[in-house]
Amino acid sequence: MKQSKRTPISLLVLTLLGLWMLVSAPAIDTTIKISTDSDIFKIAEFGLNAQLVSAIAFAFQLLATGYSSFFVLVRKHKTPRFVVLVFGLALVVEIMILLFAGKTMTITSLLQGSLALAVPLIFGSLAGVLSERVGVVNIAIEGQLLAGAFISALVASLSANMYLGLIGAIIAGALVSWVLAVFSIKYIVDQIIVGVVLNVLVVGVTNFLFSTLMVSNLTVFNQPPRFEKILIPLLGQIPVIGPVLFNQTLIVYLMYLSVAGIWFALFKTRWGLRLRAVGEYPKAADTVGIKVFRTRYISVIIGGAFAGLGGAFFTLGQVGSFGKEMTNGAGYIALAALIFGRWNPIYAAFAGLLFGFAQNLQYGLAIIGSPVPSEFLLMLPYALTVIAVAGLVGKVTGPAASGKAYIKS
Amino acid sequence: MKKAFREIVNGNIWLSFLAVVASFIVGGILIAFSSETVQTTATYLTARPTDFISAVWNAVFGAYDAMFRGAVFNYKADNLTFMIRPITETLAYATPIVMSGLGLAVAFKSGLFNIGAAGQIVFGAMFAGWVAIFVDLPGYIHFPIALLAGILGGALWGALAGFLKAATGANEVIVTIMFNYIAILLLGYLLKTPVLKAPGSVNPISPPVHDSAKYALLMGDQFRVHAGLIAMLIAVVFVWWLLNRSSIGFQFRALGHNPNAAKVAGINIGATTVLVMAVSGALSGLAGTSQIMGTEKFLTLGVAASFGFDAITVALLGRSNPWGVLMAGILFGGLRAGAVTMQANQGVPIDIVLVVQSMIVLFIAAPPLVRSMFRIKPQKEDAK
Repeated sequence: MKQSKRTPISLLVLTLLGLWMLVSAPAIDTTIKISTDSDIFKIAEFGLNAQLVSAIAFAFQLLATGYSSFFVLVRKHKTPRFVVLVFGLALVVEIMILLFAGKTMTITSLLQGSLALAVPLIFGSLAGVLSERVGVVNIAIEGQLLAGAFISALVASLSANMYLGLIGAIIAGALVSWVLAVFSIKYIVDQIIVGVVLNVLVVGVTNFLFSTLMVSNLTVFNQPPRFEKILIPLLGQIPVIGPVLFNQTLIVYLMYLSVAGIWFALFKTRWGLRLRAVGEYPKAADTVGIKVFRTRYISVIIGGAFAGLGGAFFTLGQVGSFGKEMTNGAGYIALAALIFGRWNPIYAAFAGLLFGFAQNLQYGLAIIGSPVPSEFLLMLPYALTVIAVAGLVGKVTGPAASGKAYIKS
Repeated sequence: MKKAFREIVNGNIWLSFLAVVASFIVGGILIAFSSETVQTTATYLTARPTDFISAVWNAVFGAYDAMFRGAVFNYKADNLTFMIRPITETLAYATPIVMSGLGLAVAFKSGLFNIGAAGQIVFGAMFAGWVAIFVDLPGYIHFPIALLAGILGGALWGALAGFLKAATGANEVIVTIMFNYIAILLLGYLLKTPVLKAPGSVNPISPPVHDSAKYALLMGDQFRVHAGLIAMLIAVVFVWWLLNRSSIGFQFRALGHNPNAAKVAGINIGATTVLVMAVSGALSGLAGTSQIMGTEKFLTLGVAASFGFDAITVALLGRSNPWGVLMAGILFGGLRAGAVTMQANQGVPIDIVLVVQSMIVLFIAAPPLVRSMFRIKPQKEDAK
């Protein structure tokens, strides 16, 4: 009972924030620019009154808070998830319209930048999903991403072949995961310790090899070919989302497939059911003949392979070369996305998009000279994750056996 | 004979020692790999293997010799000051590492996985820095107040994580990781605003600390070692007393051993959790004061450096025992100090420290691995 009351209370607090923003909203227009120049169907720019839009958004927040309170207090029931979703959406709309009040908001470029930042986060969170669903906490996502980025740059440069680079990244990510698996499954070392240490180990090794090997001859070792963007016919012509989602590199299309594929494998196949059983209650799984250790090894290692792909996106998809510590904490944001997405690949992908959006917003705001400091936008993933694990908006519970070594008796 | 050897090898201290040795061997392999003479001699390895072996020896010995001269005693220096400076540098590096490592040791002993040393150091440094930089107080009171502010800052940030754990059941690992980032971003923001930024500066850096709020230098201007070293030693004794001799420490350890039993025994789990995290954070806050009021004297984004991770490794290597933390902290302080010389003299990148350090922790954490690595050769050892 106590747990379920937190949601309406938290929503009420956030509604007050919405009210404060509404009161301080200026009565000027926010210009929305949807079409890009290359679109076939053009939608003209239009202005929206900031006050009016935030009033509507605020009304939705009130409705959601009221509905949540009604459910909890009268019906004695948990707040339905869609109510929280509607609330969150309304709050984001209000914040966005006010941030850009009197300025032009270019939706397509905002979204494009968000997706680019979200790709490694989503791949990283998939690694987390596969690992934690089978019962191994994966703090080492950062290391898996970084190893993928380094090896993909190195292999693709040496072979002048980006596909080989991609394969190298997959192997590198899987290798880091394998170490995580060996230490946490075979040697029963605390999984959090292994994760934290692996991140630093990968930083150390890649920095060392970068300074000694790569720097000695950058054209040979650190000039990989890059993937070109592929425009998908028809889908790419859809206004707004077309150019954002369907004019991307191969790695991004692989990401769509991975999210859908992992969701399907986890929740619709026998393999996924067994995997989740091992993560929830390994003893029971063992009793019915599921090989706990083998299942854990395989799932953790496959997870690392996906994170490796995310690392390759840094070098082969975006920057075009490796840089020291270039993942810059993305692995920890991926961990946040994983938790915020409740250990579900599809939710985690949306959480990754949200966090990518928040990170990207700082660039959009810097262009228009908004007074909101970038640090607060960057804080958003971390703050939201703390709110989520504290159960302030709904309760998040991970797989029951996650973080616990299984000792066969 | 064999049995006796096994017993020694299975002892914790020996395992720790062997883990360190194994890690230095891994580091040596990396050093050899990166050396250009080793690479060239490797091309005609079959023709003249001795060239290769001596190249490997020179690279590895040269690097570790430079590390020794940078961390312990520089026998090649001209005068006594330069000869003994390395060991004082080691102590200067070790001071914040040990302080923060002690904080984590308290948390680990109490069953709380505090990954948030970095954030707690930042908070300590922010609080202490603000008092030490922007508040004008008479000399004799300025230092203690700034010191207390730093301890308080770290304690508050730690206690907040503890409170979230106690009140909502939030996993402290996740919360403290996220808190690290929030703390550093907050510092980044404050260093851009007049709250902490030096007037007229374009960079995110604060004005210098007032002289009255600085830790006293222990060995004169030639050496960086400051009174934080004494604070560190006091902290070691304090944590030993707290964990082993006080009733609060007994409650801490009871919580760590078995929270359910502790609850039945009448220990208030929630309050103890908050207190553990407050004490843990306070010690990291103390580390923050050592950085801002002792070593750096300015507040920058790099104030926590890599001490957050160092603290974790030190607490693990020291097995959460205050004296062990002290030893481990001095070892890692030495690694840091030595690596600077090693990079300058031998061109071995300083990042080798991260590799050696993380290998040590991996080996320490997995005793069976170390045993299997060294048990291959016990006969040879016996034959000696």
